[in-house]
Amino acid sequence: MNGALAIAPILIPLAAAAVQVLLGIRFRRFRAGLSFLSCLALVVVAAMLMAAAAAPDGKGTTLVYNLGNWPARFAIVLVVDRLSALMLLLTAVLALAVLPYALGRWQRMGPYFQPLVQLLLVGYNGAFLTGDLFNLFVFFEVLLAASYGLALHGSGARRVGAGLHYIAINLTASMLFLVGVGLIFGVTGTVNMAVLAHLVPGLTGTPRALLHAGAALLGLAFLIKAAAWPVGFWLPRTYSAAIPPVAALFAAMTKLGVYVILRLSLLLFGAAAGPGSVHFGSDWLLGLGILTLVVGSIGMLGARELGKLAAYSVLVSSGTLLGAVALHSPAVTAGALAYLVISVLGIAAFFLLTGLVVPRETPEGAAQLEPYDPAIDALFAAEDERRVTSPAPVVILAASFFACGLLLAGLPPLAGFVAKFALLAPMLDHGPGATVLFALIITAGLCTVIAMARAGIQIFWADADWEFPHVEARETVSVVGLLGLCLVFTFVVAAPWNYLAATANQIHAPAHYIHAVLGQGAETPP
Amino acid sequence: MEAVLAIAIGALAGSGVWLLLRPRTFQVIIGLTLISYAVNLFIFAVGGVRVGADPVLGAATDPSHYADPLPQALVLTAIVISFATTALFLVVLLTSRGFAGNDHVDGEDGTP
Repeated sequence: MNGALAIAPILIPLAAAAVQVLLGIRFRRFRAGLSFLSCLALVVVAAMLMAAAAAPDGKGTTLVYNLGNWPARFAIVLVVDRLSALMLLLTAVLALAVLPYALGRWQRMGPYFQPLVQLLLVGYNGAFLTGDLFNLFVFFEVLLAASYGLALHGSGARRVGAGLHYIAINLTASMLFLVGVGLIFGVTGTVNMAVLAHLVPGLTGTPRALLHAGAALLGLAFLIKAAAWPVGFWLPRTYSAAIPPVAALFAAMTKLGVYVILRLSLLLFGAAAGPGSVHFGSDWLLGLGILTLVVGSIGMLGARELGKLAAYSVLVSSGTLLGAVALHSPAVTAGALAYLVISVLGIAAFFLLTGLVVPRETPEGAAQLEPYDPAIDALFAAEDERRVTSPAPVVILAASFFACGLLLAGLPPLAGFVAKFALLAPMLDHGPGATVLFALIITAGLCTVIAMARAGIQIFWADADWEFPHVEARETVSVVGLLGLCLVFTFVVAAPWNYLAATANQIHAPAHYIHAVLGQGAETPP
Repeated sequence: MEAVLAIAIGALAGSGVWLLLRPRTFQVIIGLTLISYAVNLFIFAVGGVRVGADPVLGAATDPSHYADPLPQALVLTAIVISFATTALFLVVLLTSRGFAGNDHVDGEDGTP
């Protein structure tokens, strides 16, 4: 497999976004088709990369692409291993599934929805692929710049207020990120992750302490993205104010923070990191994960609107994952990856549902539908009249809501249970902290059931005069597609699980990654 | 030289954090700008501060006579990105001012 394929997930959406920006608000169908093609191509490329990363030679191959063909330790490098390929495919599938939903009324609330989504994908894919810290910063900024635009999509006082906080917090986090990268560069003279992982065991004294300080600052920046307590208070407000398809796309953003923490903590502070550095910060991570879980559970119980409920469920999954990552066990990591995939799909479906089951007449619904410009809406009035409506969606939506509840709570028979079981089963052998996490994950599941049952009863049963909102066919397609994928993972378990287990084993053995990036020279210090 | 830079970075970062915690959006944006200046100087300084060293240009002699070019490249990228995001923030700030009718960060002002 040619390593150059590794850059395709960045170039495809970038090209699509460039064309879409040039077209402005004209050729709406063409732009939508372009988005669809781009997402479809991303799914195909990600699947090819995944197939390459999972090549059956025991450990699987790690694709490395040196930009400009410079040696990896001097220049930018893209790396595809099993974990990157998994995250690429997950994001691509998520984007493809959310796209039909957004093509209706939602994208008309502002002119540049499609290119912003494509740029968001550039940021996601770049961050998953990159092999050096500074490039990670750049792709984080691409992602965030697009997310600022998307969070504000549709405008309105509520969104702008939430967006203001979101941007200020993320700018501050980016500054912490830069200080961390600066410290690490000052100590080691490199920002390449593989070279860093290679250098860490040899550091002593003050350089090692400075490296720890830099890593802690980086960790703090990623914890802000992952919305860990106490730096995650921006999330519920921002996510519940954003329009549902955007919130669904953002569901993968906290997971990006978790991904980077997982990747860096295992690369830099794995078992071979040398005295004082082994599993650096994992106690803090476990503690913060547990607290995030508690805050998320309480938030879910206290949430009085559906968007807030969904946003707090993001906190619950973030806390679960951070705690699981802190345990540094391949078995728990494999379960955590399964949980990550299912929770991204389930939460995205839930966010999409929040846009459908909330009637437009309520203040919440009205806030979501404040138009960007009525004149633009009027342009497409003819198309609005062809909207497909029938009583069938009521059944579909109620069933989808029920399925979301099962997935988020991790109850049988859906895949949420399988993932949660895989996460919990190996957890009890890892000391008292893991036991607390175990108990709290179970409790969070209970809180989810209570909160979802209460919300479901209020929406579907309590109000006899409730008039069902217009639902477009393509909006149901997105929700049912996401949930159908989870249903598939309920029955097709062996192959995905083997992949995830191999992924966990691969990232817990960083020597493989270092060797793949640095080649034969990895044995001697650079 | 190091002491001057360290004091400058500390002063910028300190004033930036103080302004960031203030309730007016304009103070927040100035605070973010000051912090980004501090961070840029910091990145610039981690490569080692050299007086009178050449950039990587001209006839190749001993590489140890050159200033480290990588922090310069990093700081250039960081400057561009923080400039762009600050400009974006400024637009959001003005929009928020328009919606809320005041310049409080929460959009609600206790005082009339």
